Amino acid sequence: MFRKSFTFRGGVHPRENKFRTEHLAIESLPIPGQVVIPLLQHIGTPAEPIVRKGDRVKVGQLIGEAKKFVSVPIHASLGGIVVVVEPRPHPLGIDVLSVVIDRDETDQMPAFSKDPEWKTLSVEEMKFRILQSGIVGMGGAGFPTHVKLSPPPDKKIDRLIINGAECEPYLTSDHRMMIEQTDEILGGVRILGKILNVKEIIIGIEANKQDALKRFRKKTAGLKKIQVFVLRVKYPQGGEKQLIKAVTGREVPSGGLPMDVGCIVQNVGTAQAVYEAVCYRKPLIERVVTVTGPGVIRPGNIRVRIGTPIREIIAFCGGLAEPAAKLVHGGPMMGISQYTDTVPVIKGTSGILVLDKKTANQPPEKPCISCARCVDVCPMRLMPNRIATLVEYAQHEAARLQGLFDCMECGSCSFICPARRNLVQYIKLGKAVCTNNTKIAS
Amino acid sequence: MDKSLFISPSPHIRAQDSIPRLMYSVIVTLIPAGVFGVYWFGINTLWIMLVSIASAVLAEMLCQCIMKRPIEILDGSAVLTGLLLAYNLPPGIPLWLPAAGSFVGIVIGKQIFGGLGYNPLNPALVGRAFLMASWPVHMTVFGALPSGTSLSGIDALTSATPLNVFKQAREILLDSASHSIQEVTEASLSISQLYSSYGALFTGRIGGCIGETSAILLLFGAAFLLYKRIIGWKIPFSYIGTVALLTWIFGGTDGLLSGNPLFHVLSGGLLLGAFYMATDMVTSPVTVKGRILFGIGCGVLTVLIRLKGGYPEGVSYAILLMNLTVPLLDRYTRPKLFGGS
Repeated sequence: MFRKSFTFRGGVHPRENKFRTEHLAIESLPIPGQVVIPLLQHIGTPAEPIVRKGDRVKVGQLIGEAKKFVSVPIHASLGGIVVVVEPRPHPLGIDVLSVVIDRDETDQMPAFSKDPEWKTLSVEEMKFRILQSGIVGMGGAGFPTHVKLSPPPDKKIDRLIINGAECEPYLTSDHRMMIEQTDEILGGVRILGKILNVKEIIIGIEANKQDALKRFRKKTAGLKKIQVFVLRVKYPQGGEKQLIKAVTGREVPSGGLPMDVGCIVQNVGTAQAVYEAVCYRKPLIERVVTVTGPGVIRPGNIRVRIGTPIREIIAFCGGLAEPAAKLVHGGPMMGISQYTDTVPVIKGTSGILVLDKKTANQPPEKPCISCARCVDVCPMRLMPNRIATLVEYAQHEAARLQGLFDCMECGSCSFICPARRNLVQYIKLGKAVCTNNTKIAS
Repeated sequence: MDKSLFISPSPHIRAQDSIPRLMYSVIVTLIPAGVFGVYWFGINTLWIMLVSIASAVLAEMLCQCIMKRPIEILDGSAVLTGLLLAYNLPPGIPLWLPAAGSFVGIVIGKQIFGGLGYNPLNPALVGRAFLMASWPVHMTVFGALPSGTSLSGIDALTSATPLNVFKQAREILLDSASHSIQEVTEASLSISQLYSSYGALFTGRIGGCIGETSAILLLFGAAFLLYKRIIGWKIPFSYIGTVALLTWIFGGTDGLLSGNPLFHVLSGGLLLGAFYMATDMVTSPVTVKGRILFGIGCGVLTVLIRLKGGYPEGVSYAILLMNLTVPLLDRYTRPKLFGGS
């Protein structure tokens, strides 16, 4: 039915492992007793806390204020008492100032009702509601959506691309949302299209989600403006630059942004959040998270409040099959491994992956045998073998000239390497060293 | 629970292929051609293979012991070097020759550079070049064919390989004025016999090195490696294509475009060299353009040696010479950056 599929050059084919959760309907986690809400869940400046220990807060109440343009406000996801505002472990691996709320008897989800006037809102009013609701990119990176929707006037945007690739193995939260919340996503897509005033909207979905493709094809049949594209199943098909290349043939220039080629990319989950923000004035206080992996007894797609410690979600999913070997926030290719299960779900949490010993085992590194697989798969057309070796020998300037900072850290090179070289890890190290301008002790 | 959690940067999953798996896949696909070699040339060739492999593995272990490195003889790379060297040796040689060749190939060709991954030259070919330079008589006497019938009457004892016959006959034909009519007639008869012996060339019922004669079995093995993507198509196809094109243009005896490319592709060590030695990952380029240029370079040098050089066959030296250009090829064929100008 959908014969032509779009893609980019390079990439890898990890085992998808989506079978555990792709057919499971989204369930809601029982309301947790406590949430830990970090004031930094996005790229940019942290929000500033406006509540103190002992304050009573309601669901949806503003608790962190955005003081800068590249920042978003943070809302309470639970009704109760603020017990403490202090740095707490964050999925990024650092401690971040967080508001800890204990639930009490006053907790109640307000009835967010549809604003009958929403269709008459101006572009600025819609953007303001998106900002007010604290919407960020929900695919993982967490870039503030209102910033992305405000390109400088000299950048002409003609394409809006909706990312439904979900190319990370294991994860299915976007897939389930596309099936269960198709209308809301499409509502958000229309709002985004109106804000950007684009001629063409492309929804890209990987070919392994035929049910979602069919639903979107059906709902958009006859619409000239919105097109549904089938993407080839390949990692990192959902990478912003790779997606743009696949559906438009345009290449974002090195060091540039999608807007440089007239494109804006938004995730399907973000579109759904935008719809709720504009039509219902509902802040971003919950999201769908895939809890999966060989270490979880009862995997699922769970709707949870932002700030819920992942320990509680894993407990809801039947707990662990054996002592977990590795706990990953996000997908297996780009997710961050956690040292504690007390870290909370944040706006960018697409999945929680529990790996067993067998899967988590990192085999020892061997010398590079120049098999060229990393060069063949690199979606940015870099030579990861060379860059990694240069970083290994602290030749950071030479590494930079080889395109160190063009690396998107997708991990395809490390994935494919038969010598199990930690290629992307060296590249990340090189970036950190260059950025901090510090010298690592040899 | 917290203390037991394993922390590492992403990615958290890895592909299945490992170095030993690649090496043993290549070895397995080489076995049919070797079995044919034993059947065709006799059981002596089996001992040559085993001695060559044993010597390579022992040399590897010795070096790793001396250099206090982890012993990695089970990764298959030394076994492959020994096997490939044996495939490149004439069937009638004494057993100390493969022992010496493998030892030199591993020690000087590989371990002194730092072992697997650091050698600039293909170790098996280093071993072969060493033997060629040190014991040229042993390395060029192929002996009578086991069936007792040689491909032509010319000097059957020392030059029973098709390429050798071809070279001698072609030289006579190109310089017919200074040869007797009988010599010229015999030479042209030899060449027409060679050109009509595709069946023997395909199956490998010809003279040559132990593992290089059976085109069909080598092609089966190569097809499997290509299908499994253990080797790429770029090096072997550009290599063989270049040889075919150049021998068609320059390889004939009646001026330009009178050559027989199929004969040249099926003869000598080209298929073994193109699919199994030029594709050696360590000593071939990593970029797409680099690999194609590498194959073309191997092809040009092979044809140059075959048609103009002193040896009837040039695959080994062509690959060795091109191995030396790999760093340069990689440097000047860097892929264009995504979004780069």
